Amino acid sequence: MRKIWWKILCIVIIFYVIIMGIMGPVPHLAIINESIRNTYFHVALWLAMTTLLFASMIFSIRYLGKGRISDDDVASELAKSAIFFGILGCLTGSIWANYTWGDPWPNDPKLNGAAVGILIYLAYLLLRSSFEDEQRKARISSVYNIFAFAVFIPIIYILPRLTDSLHPGSGGNSTFGSYDFDNNIRKVFYPAIIGYILLGLWLAELRIRIKVINRVRDEALITSEKVQ
Amino acid sequence: MSSGILNEIKTLIWKEITLEWRQKYALSGMLLYVISTVFVCYLSFNLRRNQLTPIVWNTLFWIIILFTAVNAIAKSFSQERYGRLIYYYSLCSPQAIIISKIIYNSFIMLLLSGMGFIFYAFVMGNAVGDMGLFTLCLFLAAIGFASVLTLVAGIASKADNSATLMAVLSFPIILPMMLMTIRLAKNAMDGLDWSVSTDEITTLLSIDLIVITLSYLLFPYLWRS
Repeated sequence: MRKIWWKILCIVIIFYVIIMGIMGPVPHLAIINESIRNTYFHVALWLAMTTLLFASMIFSIRYLGKGRISDDDVASELAKSAIFFGILGCLTGSIWANYTWGDPWPNDPKLNGAAVGILIYLAYLLLRSSFEDEQRKARISSVYNIFAFAVFIPIIYILPRLTDSLHPGSGGNSTFGSYDFDNNIRKVFYPAIIGYILLGLWLAELRIRIKVINRVRDEALITSEKVQ
Repeated sequence: MSSGILNEIKTLIWKEITLEWRQKYALSGMLLYVISTVFVCYLSFNLRRNQLTPIVWNTLFWIIILFTAVNAIAKSFSQERYGRLIYYYSLCSPQAIIISKIIYNSFIMLLLSGMGFIFYAFVMGNAVGDMGLFTLCLFLAAIGFASVLTLVAGIASKADNSATLMAVLSFPIILPMMLMTIRLAKNAMDGLDWSVSTDEITTLLSIDLIVITLSYLLFPYLWRS
């Protein structure tokens, strides 16, 4: 039972976000109406995903610097939970778009960028699965992971701002922060980001532990065969 | 130190050129690849080239260039035998190897896209209004494609199914560059003023710069395995 407090915190925050997200007071705006509640889920999921991918890149850099295989485990599992959040972000965004823009997948540069971003990371998983040797797999996929993050940020955050997009913050639309983002929203939105990041870390941690157990068992098997 | 690296780069580029010259089938094969692809497109549109809208003309051209680039650069690490690679790595620094490969591949891409454009304009009609800007666009795209694909080719050559992996890894990564290039080329076709395209040019230049810096920093870790 080591360090259980952040898991409890994660559950508490997520329940708070769900309850406050559905019941809490929100500003009344034209067109968006009640669907502004999706901010707590859709926008926060994307921010959590970017944070997790950034952390994944940091661990890849650490792996290349120090060569410890455990860093690569962390990097790959963080990337996996980030992809999971990315898919959830796409689904919640699709629901939102269906009601406010009238189309579940409008032809919007940010949406297409998000799809390409997920493709990049799916390619990362494919690259990982095509190596047998652990150290080789770790080294080459770390190189690709760093490269991928450097391309992912322009695709999702910079390029859509240069063109006309339906999303806020691009093509002359103002960003969220500048108006209509009142304190009621902030009280739920910021905890939501932290909650999702903690949830992603939890998911990654469970998978890392499974990996470590498997590795230890494999090694035990090899040594016991040697003894016989 | 820096002059040493420059010398190494120069020698390595010469080595690539002599190697290419000795086995001419590789380069002539790529040239034939571009020309036959263009011809297939020309025939597939059933010779009605006046019905080709500028957007289709532009997109088709860049897709041909993209596929040519992937095919031409995929071989840059796999064509040489394993033992010879180890020999190079024992002689020169990895930075010199990646920089020389990027420069050499940029030359190849410039040649291929230039020839491709001439032939494409010859059979499909030339729709470009501002040749100067379009040439700049070809130039930036050749360097950008070459630098992205060189590192990806290095990554893919380490795996077994490198042909599939090359396409899967490079297409999503090259997409922002491709979209910017297509937009810049469209501006050039419409003959718009250069000041309209400064956004695209600076974005392309900065993507090129990021990619080349990353290749320079990351390649030493790649070749060790």
